[in-house]
Amino acid sequence: MLAVRMVQEQGVEVEGINFFTGFCVEGHTHAIRNQDKNKKKRNNALWVAEQLGIKLHIIDVIEEYKDVVINPKHGYGAHLNPCLDCKGFMVRKAEEWRVEHKFDFIITGEVVGQRPMSQTVKRMPIVVRESGVGDRLVRPLCAKKLEPTMPELKGWLDRSKLGDISGRSRKQQIELTRLWDIKDYAQPAGGCCFLTNEQYAAKLSDLWVSRGTREYELDDIMLLKVGRHIRPNLDFKLIVCRDDGENNFAKGYKNRFVSLHSSSHEGPLALFDGQVNSKNLVLAARIVARYGKGKHASSVSILIARPKRQDTEELSVVPLGVDEMPREWIL
Amino acid sequence: MAHHNYNLTGTICPIPVIRTQDRIAELLDGDTLEVLCSDPGALHDIPAWCRIHGHSITSAVQEPDGLIRISVLVQKE
Repeated sequence: MLAVRMVQEQGVEVEGINFFTGFCVEGHTHAIRNQDKNKKKRNNALWVAEQLGIKLHIIDVIEEYKDVVINPKHGYGAHLNPCLDCKGFMVRKAEEWRVEHKFDFIITGEVVGQRPMSQTVKRMPIVVRESGVGDRLVRPLCAKKLEPTMPELKGWLDRSKLGDISGRSRKQQIELTRLWDIKDYAQPAGGCCFLTNEQYAAKLSDLWVSRGTREYELDDIMLLKVGRHIRPNLDFKLIVCRDDGENNFAKGYKNRFVSLHSSSHEGPLALFDGQVNSKNLVLAARIVARYGKGKHASSVSILIARPKRQDTEELSVVPLGVDEMPREWIL
Repeated sequence: MAHHNYNLTGTICPIPVIRTQDRIAELLDGDTLEVLCSDPGALHDIPAWCRIHGHSITSAVQEPDGLIRISVLVQKE
């Protein structure tokens, strides 16, 4: 937001690009969960674009992004976040868009020293090199800390009016919001990618290990954002929804997964992912019973529905006791 | 000028916006598009996208069944 505003101050026409990787935090969880129902449902990128008076193009990069997540040349950060590869990928895609739409240069909101993996003095040139953007990439907020770029050398941008921000503090950025009377903005360092989330990364790792391949589809990574993921053994995993919002969302997957819910007590919908056999289904049913209103009952009826079949199977089970479910089962 | 319908139920943010954006790119000035969505976020996001790209929203409502119905008049420069 600030980087755009900084170049707009110089009379430069800007259009925004927002890449959808499938791992974006905002929007999805708000759309699914009950507890997020009162949160603003705005898409922050769209909202920011509207505040700035610029067009925003949202680009689906789900397929191409898989290679970034699965084979990051520069490795991962603290979890499964391939930040440096991701940055190079996004700048490359932005450069492709720039050429196609005949724009002159690219700007990003990066700040030297703000992020340990992708925004250091040593690593920022890697993004320039690997994206193929050359000297058409300007980081307005910290431009004075970096070598002059082509737009500065050509006089399209006045370098003296660009920023010299560095480090993790947001003090100077907050001063700029005051200068430009920007009263509302996304939380600084709020994290917008599920790959930086420890719990999410554990679930994605589990998905890869259980399948024996580091592949995924959009539905896979969407479901990692939903419910409690419980894996009693390598044979199967159970996704137990946590509220009505998740139940409704998971219903959309009943044509792909075996699903379970209680017919005798209120309780969650659960999706079964793995090897379907009677032993696994009984254990899954006992887990589902444990998360419903019948958790203290002596017996709970669980309906089991199989994809693309009208008939259901009913099991009467004893809910799994707290001491029967090791903490390690919960991903 | 033609009227088009687009069912985006079952998709969640930002996919309804992306699909609407891509569909509008194929339409002509003066065409109308009616989008049906299940994600409540679409009620804000699709009109926001249309506003910044200069298209007109002729109606945007959440129906009693919770579905979102948005009508767009495509306006190209």
